[in-house]
Amino acid sequence: MIIHHPILGPRDAQEFVYLGDASLIDRPDGMTAGVEVFHDYLYNRTNPAGEHQELWYHEQGDRSWLVVTRNTVTHEITKVELARDVARSRGRTK
Amino acid sequence: MRYSGFRVIAEALTGHKGWKPVWRDPDPQPEYDYIIIGGGGHGLATAYYLAKEFGQARIAVLEKGYLGGGNVGRNTTIIRSNYLLDGNEPFYEFSLKLWEGLEQDFNYNAMVSQRGIINLIHTDAQRDAATRRGNAMIMHGADARLLSRDEVRQMYPWLNFDNARFPIKGALMQPRGGTVRDDAVAWGYARGADQRGVDLIQNCEVTGMRIENGRIKGVETTRGYIGAKKVGVAVAGSSSKVMAHAGMRLPIESHVLQAFVSEGLKPLIDGVMTFGAGHFYVSQSDKGGLVFGGDIDGYNSYAQRGNLPVIEDVAEGGMALMPAIGRVRLLRTWGGIMDMSMDGSPIIDKTHVEGLYFNGGWCYGGFKATPASGWAFAHLLAKDESHITAKAYRFDRFLKGLMIDEKGQGAQPNLH
Amino acid sequence: MTQSHRIDGGQIDRTKTLRFTFDGLPYLGHPGDTLASALLANGVRLMGRSFKYHRPRGPISAGSEEPNAIVELRSGGRQEPNTRATVAELYDGLTANSQNRWPSLRFDAMGINDKLSTFFAAGFYYKTFMWPKSFWEKLYEPIIRRAAGLGSVTREEDPDEYDKGFLHCDLLIIGAGPTGLMAALTAGRAGKRVILADEDFRMGGRLNAETFTIGNDQGANWAAASVAELSSMPNVRLMTRTTVVGAFDHGIYSAVERVSDHLPAPAAGKPRQVLWRIYAGRAILAGGATERPIAFENNDRPGIMMAGALRAYANRWGVKVGERVAVFTNNDDGLRTAKDLQSKGVDVVAVIDSREGGELLPGIRHLQGAEVIDSSGKLGLSSITVRQTNGRSETISVNVLGVSGGWNPNVNIHSHHRSRPVYDPNIAAFVPGKDGPPGLLVAGSAAGQMSTHAALRTGRDVAIAALELNSAPDLPQAEDAPIRISPLWYVHHGKGRAWVDQQNDVTVKDVKLAKQENFTSVEHMKRYTTLGMATDQGKTSNVIGLAIMAELTGRSIPETGTTIYRPPYTPVAMGALAGRSRGREFKPFRLTPSHHWAKEQGAIFVEVGNWLRTQWVPKAGETEWRQSVDREVLATRKSVGICDVTTLGKIDIQGTDAGAFLDKVYANTFSTLAVGKCRYGLMLREDGIVFDDGTTARMGENEYVMTTTTANAVIVFRHLEFCRQCLWPEMDVQLISTTEAWAQFSVAGPNARNLLRKIVDQDISDAAFPYMGAGNITVGGLRARLFRISFSGELAYEIAVPTRYGDALLREMLAKGAEFDPILYGTEALGVMRIEKGHVAGGELNGQSPALNMGLGKMVSKKKDSIGMVLSQREGLTIEAGYRLVGVKPVDPKGKLTAGSHFLEKGAAPVAANDGGWLTSKVYSPHLGCDIALGYLKGGDRKIGQKMRIVNLLAGLDTEVEIISPHMFDPEGERLRG
Repeated sequence: MIIHHPILGPRDAQEFVYLGDASLIDRPDGMTAGVEVFHDYLYNRTNPAGEHQELWYHEQGDRSWLVVTRNTVTHEITKVELARDVARSRGRTK
Repeated sequence: MRYSGFRVIAEALTGHKGWKPVWRDPDPQPEYDYIIIGGGGHGLATAYYLAKEFGQARIAVLEKGYLGGGNVGRNTTIIRSNYLLDGNEPFYEFSLKLWEGLEQDFNYNAMVSQRGIINLIHTDAQRDAATRRGNAMIMHGADARLLSRDEVRQMYPWLNFDNARFPIKGALMQPRGGTVRDDAVAWGYARGADQRGVDLIQNCEVTGMRIENGRIKGVETTRGYIGAKKVGVAVAGSSSKVMAHAGMRLPIESHVLQAFVSEGLKPLIDGVMTFGAGHFYVSQSDKGGLVFGGDIDGYNSYAQRGNLPVIEDVAEGGMALMPAIGRVRLLRTWGGIMDMSMDGSPIIDKTHVEGLYFNGGWCYGGFKATPASGWAFAHLLAKDESHITAKAYRFDRFLKGLMIDEKGQGAQPNLH
Repeated sequence: MTQSHRIDGGQIDRTKTLRFTFDGLPYLGHPGDTLASALLANGVRLMGRSFKYHRPRGPISAGSEEPNAIVELRSGGRQEPNTRATVAELYDGLTANSQNRWPSLRFDAMGINDKLSTFFAAGFYYKTFMWPKSFWEKLYEPIIRRAAGLGSVTREEDPDEYDKGFLHCDLLIIGAGPTGLMAALTAGRAGKRVILADEDFRMGGRLNAETFTIGNDQGANWAAASVAELSSMPNVRLMTRTTVVGAFDHGIYSAVERVSDHLPAPAAGKPRQVLWRIYAGRAILAGGATERPIAFENNDRPGIMMAGALRAYANRWGVKVGERVAVFTNNDDGLRTAKDLQSKGVDVVAVIDSREGGELLPGIRHLQGAEVIDSSGKLGLSSITVRQTNGRSETISVNVLGVSGGWNPNVNIHSHHRSRPVYDPNIAAFVPGKDGPPGLLVAGSAAGQMSTHAALRTGRDVAIAALELNSAPDLPQAEDAPIRISPLWYVHHGKGRAWVDQQNDVTVKDVKLAKQENFTSVEHMKRYTTLGMATDQGKTSNVIGLAIMAELTGRSIPETGTTIYRPPYTPVAMGALAGRSRGREFKPFRLTPSHHWAKEQGAIFVEVGNWLRTQWVPKAGETEWRQSVDREVLATRKSVGICDVTTLGKIDIQGTDAGAFLDKVYANTFSTLAVGKCRYGLMLREDGIVFDDGTTARMGENEYVMTTTTANAVIVFRHLEFCRQCLWPEMDVQLISTTEAWAQFSVAGPNARNLLRKIVDQDISDAAFPYMGAGNITVGGLRARLFRISFSGELAYEIAVPTRYGDALLREMLAKGAEFDPILYGTEALGVMRIEKGHVAGGELNGQSPALNMGLGKMVSKKKDSIGMVLSQREGLTIEAGYRLVGVKPVDPKGKLTAGSHFLEKGAAPVAANDGGWLTSKVYSPHLGCDIALGYLKGGDRKIGQKMRIVNLLAGLDTEVEIISPHMFDPEGERLRG
């Protein structure tokens, strides 16, 4: 596969390490959320057959975490964003 | 119709005119007591044991494609019970014991062949882990041996002993491990289930579930609505898709695992072997092909095909271990979709919907589990309680922190 | 030795003669020959035996689809099983042997299987061999396994090298027949970067095998001229002997170039084969089509071949396969064979055309509406039986029969993304369907465009479409004959066996049996009969098989459907896929800064991930490893020892939020750590299990240096970047891995300070540099870092200098500190000392253990949010009587322990219900004079002082032990504060 890195252009997916669903960005706050909320965050997945937002890490590159929108049936990639931008847009701060 | 050597000879001498269809192709009835979604190994085994061992009737298996078209026909045929943890080992040992009597039980030669499996050891830490595991296996009634480097060398003198990046230091062996002809497992269970009145309905995809007041009523399918008192889902690879019909999100991701077979070769490898310093495991089929595999591709996929890096990675492992196979040719690759669970272990459990039961999360260990999975799932469906060897396979183990994590990788499915 | 069957013409170089042997007999051929063409030229047509029935077989094709003529090529470590004689290029000195026969190819004892074939019907083995139960493994299966397989594998290492390479292009063209050449000319002339790959050693495809004209020239000449033009273009790369074998995601294709297979051995420094990963903007599949047989009784004798292959052997290789030829066809293409062979002076005895009213060739007897229903001939064809429309049968004496059942487009690569081909009744074959690999277009006969004109036209037009070109080159004149086919899959007359899949011996009867037993899905049929699963992947058999099934079930061919071709297109050598990653080069070596010094001392090294670390350094006279390790431990505890700890992960963490960030990623608190101090850090995964540990130092207000374990260096850094970028993106914190940047040594022992005083420029007295102190220092003016931390329990420091000075620092320390008799100790001594101190490492950090089990539960702060804090509180991770880390020693000091042994109470049976836990790490402690171990024991914290057993059932070990505190040496820690 080829991932079009928003800064570095097209790169072979072999340069990246895959983590999983980009919902992992939405970590609850440990001081307010309990075990049940964390359990749902960490363990349960939508796992769609189709468009999937997922986290890839450019380990053999610039060490960016990316959010890649990829179809899990065709493997077509339609969008690649810096995970940091996505995290910020989802309201994550410090 | 009972199969036997005499029957084969008799039929051969009379032009094979007497062989009957191995299963019927019934139309679905309006309602069943049990619907099993998924006509793969686990679903067919479940139906077979429900009818045979638990005395149940009015059972249907719904298969979206052809029987045995999922991972039971796309795997590397290995059976073993060399697990470490208490939650797993009794279950897989139960499965291995069922394998040992399976062919006589369902009167079909699935070529269960216990030629042994060895897990090669390349570091002291691996030997320590193998010692822990081998002892756990024996304590659970399974068999295990720790082989020295010399013993491994006697078995396979042509492995890379003298010029290896990661030298072979020994192996953990399970002599009762081995291989089974995978398609035959599906066919044997299907035939056995059909003979006991189970309706095997092919080309019948479930498109929805009818749930009223928290209770399952039946399923919508491409061949119409079918009512059911109980519905068991055994569709590993597609679990999330099917359980979404019941509004469930699962602790599972779907990943592709590629598998490989070489051209047919005269005997080279007797048993099953796993490389401990790379992603490579191999056996040789009765037809002569080296059947081998490695790691999953690592990204979520429903595509039943993988990519080149993993193919190369597996070949590198193979060549590192077996430098003589450089001119052996890879004949065919294929991909199966794995239910990769959050701790690498399966789930056989009830759901929040009354009458709806789930069996999945097999990662790439599903094939060897087929008999026990079918038995345990039939037990759960028939008696509403977990089979004694499958008690740990609960959904709530993640909430309770009772993970069964053989590899110690945590909640990341692609690392299991 | 005479090339008895060589005729005029062809593209072989008759000025040179090549010698070769087959089954030990010598033959001659010419450059340009394949092994098959050369054997046929010598009158040899028996080349192999089939898989199941050991039927004598010769080639049916002249290409990579060949199911029968497969041989063992070469010898020794280069022995190459299952090689298709039809594509093996002849070279001087080639040796080949037939396979799957005993004692000889002409007399094969296993041919008895053929006589007993009625007992070996499809799937017979699923129905028998079940009684008595034990006989399967003891008797039946061993016999089957011995008989299985085709070629044999050498046990020697493959002496040749393989390489990998990467290529990029605008357009990859797969196949260099008329379609591919025209596409390449179109794109090449437009200046696009083109790769044109063909599996053959000569480009031109069927043009080399036909007598067609293109423009005013022979087709083969047009191909040669086109190749010449293309090779003059700098933007075009021509790759012969290169098979594109797989289509992967996003325009990535794999191709195998057989660089040296046409040579006796690779030239010096050259690989045997190269695996190319080709990144193509667009690709065109121009792979042509494959002729398929018609199944009839005994259709598998040597001499019965594809009609198009007979033309190829005559036109390209100047070979007549036999003297008396008949052709059996259901389409016009078969007539070409009769025409071409007749013009070459071969006696074409008859054309058996299953159609009525087809073309009649002058001078040849035509039997129209007729079918070949049987053949005879022991090791090769001697006659055929023909049934005419009127029902009369006739035996015709021929030794060659060309069969044409039509042509199947080579859709294979288009199916690699699981696109299902669709049936085109006009050509009675499957053509590429929807949803092929994005960016892959299909042209020419691969797309069902069967004439030469259509090949040229679609080659051009598809190239234009693929690259959105503006100008179209003119097309040369070429034949545009229609196919005119009347499907005939198998001949219904005849009671015997008619082969569908020749290699696997699948006959029409087997397909019928599959139908009878309700294996009617094409996938079931394939798996039950093994049709299409041989080394040719069913290139000549799949379509016939499913068409027969369609007929038997009364379904149409589209309703019946087809199986999908899977990669690779043709089988690929494992060596090519592995490239140079084999032997010692399987993975890269990472060497520590002390490696060269240690090697000079004769050190023993151990693989730790990709690192090679010093395991111990033997001294003269030491014969047992324990002697060395004990000495290293004792010397360190007595005076001073040095250990290379460069492999530990090192991460610089800087920014105004660095402390706050560490509070998130560590279970304990770091924001309160004073500048100039270190602290032990415990890192959890989000699931509350211990992930990693290490010491982290605060080097400045906004500057920390973290260390990780060697094993987790990479994944901890990845995790930290995840936390930084994805979870807390607004934190002002930067990370960089400095594992490779710093050489780091632990200097431990009572004289550690005394030694370092001679090295460092600063005051490192206990007052100036107390326990757990950290700071930037200099070593002879060179920037360095010093940490007063201890893994050994001794007074100890870790000193770091830029990596390139690591070797020099080590030598300096050993030289300047000579008075203290410093030693370099390896990982074994390191392990002994850390276990004596009860520090957790690999065996304990197993990814399955919460901090509580390690006795570190209190380190998990609940006053702040950190990764893993919440989920570490789940009931399964806080079991009161759960596993706890303990120390273990044998009651009898001579008692043996092994890591991985399990705890049992005294008198308890070794069964799971009594399993108390296991030993995680074990060493021999020279201080305690016995084996000692760490272990996880259920309720272990309450069992200190108790006696138990540890058992290792794999080794017959059963040792009485005492459970002790894991802190087995200097539990008060007086030494490290000294």
